[in-house]
Amino acid sequence: MIRVELPAHLRTLARVDGEVQIDVGDRATVRTLLDALEARYPVLCGTIRDHDTKERRPFVRFFACEEDLSHETPDAPLPRAVVAGTEPFLVVGALAGG
Amino acid sequence: MSGVRVLVGTRKGAFVLSSDGKREQWTVEGPHFAGWEIYHVKGSPADPNRVYASQGSSWFGQVMQRSDDGGKTWAPVGNKFAYDGVPGTHQWYDGTPHPWEFKRVWHLEPSLTDPDAVYAGVEDAALFQTTDGGQNWRELPGLRGHGSGARWQPGAGGLCLHTILLDPKDPQRIFIAISAAGAFRTDDGGATWRAINQGLRSEHIPDPKAEVGHCVHRLAMHRSRPSVLFMQKHWDVMRTDNAGDSWQEVSGNLPTDFGFVIDVHAHEPETIYVVPIKSDSQHFPPDGKLRVFRSRTGGNEWEPLTKGLPQRDCYVNVLRDAMAIDSLDSCGVYFGTTGGQVYASKDAGDSWAPIVRDLPAVLSVEVQTLP
Repeated sequence: MIRVELPAHLRTLARVDGEVQIDVGDRATVRTLLDALEARYPVLCGTIRDHDTKERRPFVRFFACEEDLSHETPDAPLPRAVVAGTEPFLVVGALAGG
Repeated sequence: MSGVRVLVGTRKGAFVLSSDGKREQWTVEGPHFAGWEIYHVKGSPADPNRVYASQGSSWFGQVMQRSDDGGKTWAPVGNKFAYDGVPGTHQWYDGTPHPWEFKRVWHLEPSLTDPDAVYAGVEDAALFQTTDGGQNWRELPGLRGHGSGARWQPGAGGLCLHTILLDPKDPQRIFIAISAAGAFRTDDGGATWRAINQGLRSEHIPDPKAEVGHCVHRLAMHRSRPSVLFMQKHWDVMRTDNAGDSWQEVSGNLPTDFGFVIDVHAHEPETIYVVPIKSDSQHFPPDGKLRVFRSRTGGNEWEPLTKGLPQRDCYVNVLRDAMAIDSLDSCGVYFGTTGGQVYASKDAGDSWAPIVRDLPAVLSVEVQTLP
């Protein structure tokens, strides 16, 4: 199971508290993870990536294991620690301070 | 006993303000969708328990919500707004071509007869429709296909379709307005459209007969006379008596003819309301006095309504979708400010009192008159 940490607005929208755990099967990539996340929480469709192109929304970023995965190909394997569930996959609303 | 329900969209959530027909004691529910921008909340005329809300965020895009119990509980519905075909380009601020990009839903207009049917006006400007209670949205492409779309240019708030008026006597006729393209009308249910901007004058447009390019801020109609429309334009308050074929200025003695809102009394079709705002850059009331102006003559002759409204040091704005009118015997008028106040008048504007004072900046106000 992959641990996904959503930003507060999306947790509220999906009506979840804290991390969500997502099973993506054998091939864990950003794409398969988000596919599974949206299948479980359809209300998130269109909020993290485009409905049709599946491109990441401009103000959303992905982090894991202290690395920025936002610009990686969505078909690259996720880090082992994420797949193993020892580290979460972070969906972050891009901020530039307050 | 009859009552009213005021639906308020703000920068940080939606609020539902309820009262009985006396409109003296109010209950405040919310925030719903806390932290999200709520551009518009509107109930179905055919079923007052059916309410739709446009929820959005610059980070996470557009979400649509529906309530079947008058705004107590909500459930998300479809949020996919895909332009029909290849969207093409409109003009950017500097006049260069710019691709059409969906940004948000500004305005929701439920059908007068079917709770599952709703029109949505969006940015970049287009008209969408659902007929299944919000699950699926499809564009009515005839509007963007009008032929002038490539010349539409955004106003300061974006290229937004912000007004939708449904003709209660002719279900095939719809009026819409786009900032800063102008007003348009369809007489065939949205298949084809015509620009209805003759008579508008805009300083930045040299051609006095320009078909498009006018920054229309808001249109209003009385249900008994759907061919008479009132318009608050960027500058000028305007009126048409022939469904938009031609417009005449009725700004009259207003202290400034700039503003955003305009609305019509529920029972007096010649009584209209505006809130003059100082512009171009300030966008707050002249002299720090928040005044609603009322005309009982369909324009030209205006009286300031000040009782209960702040008459010093007030520098809020009243945005285009932030005024509404109830239809009780003594007509109620409501408006919200960017300072978070929602003011109500239960005597057609003669006197005012705040329902709430400290909401987030108010983007929209609608009212439902309940049986």
